[in-house]
Amino acid sequence: MNIVIAAVGGQGAVLASKILGTLAQNLGKDVKVSEVHGMSQRGGSVVAYVKFGEKVYSPVVEKGTADIVLAFEMLEGARYVDYLKENGKLVVNTQKIDPMPVITGNMKYPSDLSEKFEELNIGYIPVDALSIAKKAGTLKAVNVALIGVLAKNSNIKKEEWIKAIKDTVPEKFLELNLKAFEMGYNLE
Amino acid sequence: MKKLMLGNEAVARGAYEAGVLVATAYPGTPSTEITEHIVKYPEINSEWSVNEKVALEVAIGSAIAGARTVVSMKHVGLNVAADPLMTVAYTGINAGLLIIVADDPSMHSSQNEQDTRYYGMFAKIPVLEPSDSQECKDFVKLGLEISEKFDTPVILRLSTRVSHSQSLVELEEKEKIELKLYDYNPSKYVSAPANAKKRRIFIEERLNELSNFADSSDINKIEYTNKKIGIITSGVAYNYAKEAVSDASFLKFGMSYPLPEEKIKEFVQNCDKVYVFEELEPIFEQKIRSIGLNVIGKEIFPVVGELSSEIIRNALLNESKIVIEKIEGLPQRPPVLCPGCHHRGPFYVLKKLKLHVAGDIGCYTLGGFEPLNAIDTTICMGASIGMAHGFEMARGKDFAKKSVAVIGDSTFWHSGVTGLIDIVYNKGHSTVIILDNSITAMTGHQENPSTGKTLSGESTNQIDFEALGRSIGINRIRVVDAYDLKALEETIKEEVNAEEPSLIITKRPCVLIKGVKFDFKDYKIDPELCTGCKLCLKAGCPAISFDGKVAKINDSLCVGCGLCKDLCKFSAIVEVVK
Repeated sequence: MNIVIAAVGGQGAVLASKILGTLAQNLGKDVKVSEVHGMSQRGGSVVAYVKFGEKVYSPVVEKGTADIVLAFEMLEGARYVDYLKENGKLVVNTQKIDPMPVITGNMKYPSDLSEKFEELNIGYIPVDALSIAKKAGTLKAVNVALIGVLAKNSNIKKEEWIKAIKDTVPEKFLELNLKAFEMGYNLE
Repeated sequence: MKKLMLGNEAVARGAYEAGVLVATAYPGTPSTEITEHIVKYPEINSEWSVNEKVALEVAIGSAIAGARTVVSMKHVGLNVAADPLMTVAYTGINAGLLIIVADDPSMHSSQNEQDTRYYGMFAKIPVLEPSDSQECKDFVKLGLEISEKFDTPVILRLSTRVSHSQSLVELEEKEKIELKLYDYNPSKYVSAPANAKKRRIFIEERLNELSNFADSSDINKIEYTNKKIGIITSGVAYNYAKEAVSDASFLKFGMSYPLPEEKIKEFVQNCDKVYVFEELEPIFEQKIRSIGLNVIGKEIFPVVGELSSEIIRNALLNESKIVIEKIEGLPQRPPVLCPGCHHRGPFYVLKKLKLHVAGDIGCYTLGGFEPLNAIDTTICMGASIGMAHGFEMARGKDFAKKSVAVIGDSTFWHSGVTGLIDIVYNKGHSTVIILDNSITAMTGHQENPSTGKTLSGESTNQIDFEALGRSIGINRIRVVDAYDLKALEETIKEEVNAEEPSLIITKRPCVLIKGVKFDFKDYKIDPELCTGCKLCLKAGCPAISFDGKVAKINDSLCVGCGLCKDLCKFSAIVEVVK
């Protein structure tokens, strides 16, 4: 299983990758998780890779080999959509965050991204994760709300997902995150 | 028990299991988390040193005093520490000394891309190179053993993808390592010519012994499968190659300097075609060719940037896996100063005053990009101050009145302080602005000499910029609130025109520091008053954007610093009354 997490710095991509890595380990798989941060913490594009299976060598997902791109923002989803293999799934938060070139008016935020996603030979799953996170009680739970949607679309048992969240998220934020997970999981 | 661990975390675990007693470092991506994990082991006496040179000097002292020691830094940090490195290679150590250096191929967060293996060759000391978290832990232990066995410092070379990848690690018990006796041995440790000349011979002998070790040790492994294709590689590149061409034969170097000549000869002779797949420089390739063997390397693999499975697959098998078309023409999302960042005010003013700005390394380097565009130069840690003085040396006092140096608090202690002393001593007129946000922010909030806390969170002396400035002879020292644009502008104007050196300290804690309270308010744009002039966008705050007619504030990003309110000439940015 190859998963690409594409996000804007500060949205919690690193925590999401930890949850997925823990999930894989709990399932007894070989697993590698890779992220690049530093500059990207300051609102730049962030990408993390999670790979698990019998034996995993490279920590990096190659283009054309991802089963899932889990995008925390529309534009970031578009940036990594070519990492998907044919019929892979794009689970994407429909939130739009303007990058600096758009803010300064040098570029336009593309208005037709959802149409473009629909045209591709992929499973396109748009999610209003920001609203879910708000309802769960914190804007910061976008990541776990999306993991809820991902869990629903996987054939891994729900209890395993919940255990991975419990193993990863600090105690004081656990309740909010479990709520966001449930809301994502139960989304129609 | 197996645990999913970051490469850097596994390095820390290795240090713990190997009985390391002292650990020093200066933070730098991708190496920072090593020390952040080491501090969780109370058995290890650890510190943030002010820079990498000091970190290595402390580590050398500690090793000679008998404690197994590790020191960590990023690749450019080793340039700073190069001076003690070259000589500790001569003196050798007493207890094990491991110098952990994280390279950043592709420059994800660095000012250049350099290959630390060259430093191993330069200093004639061994370089170990792990390829995943398990090897990170194992090679720390092995590195310390090699260090003690051969009386040499050892470099552990990491890279971004090793440091910042998590994979499974088997945890073991801590070894029982006693503190060795202090090694009183001036003929070894006083590197004056008479002694150094003897050690010069010793390091050549040591290198020979290390070469024999490279051939006999399991750290360099041959894996034969299909002998049509042989791949010689190391580090994370081994994993890329293994994924792309799993049925090839492999010679994997865990020790990338010195190399195992016998193993290389055997491997090359046994395979039909041999590729050298190494990240960055053709170091293995040149060595292998120099012993008269024919291999394929940089003529098909790039010397720039990270390698990948894709690169080796394309080069060897001419296969590409891309099936979904890339969406073209997307706007980039470069990193920016955070919403509420206090550096925004000084940069806005410097740009407005059209000053030449010698910049430095830290978050505030981002002030050099759109839309602030407020930095002329950035070279390395601490360079801004010397460069501003260089502007004056080249173009005279009047140019100094049109220029400033900016530097962060941690960077100032790292290596800015010597530049400032140089200006005072040499009668310069430069204005130096310390952007003091009370933390080492870029690398994720590490303590430094002006924060009043040590690595482990203990209270300590808080070293004072003003007192320091006075003590070295600066008469003009000003402290300004970084959010107060008017005061900033007046102060900077006055100080650049002064006939002597000036030190300005812009003060406000980083908005991301945990536990710091701000008196921030909520703001919104009054669309009736906003004329769409876009002046507020010039601050480069990601929380303000333009919807085509008026500005809008993104309340999920805005922290309420109110800087934009002061930029608006139409009072359209108003406080939200709750």
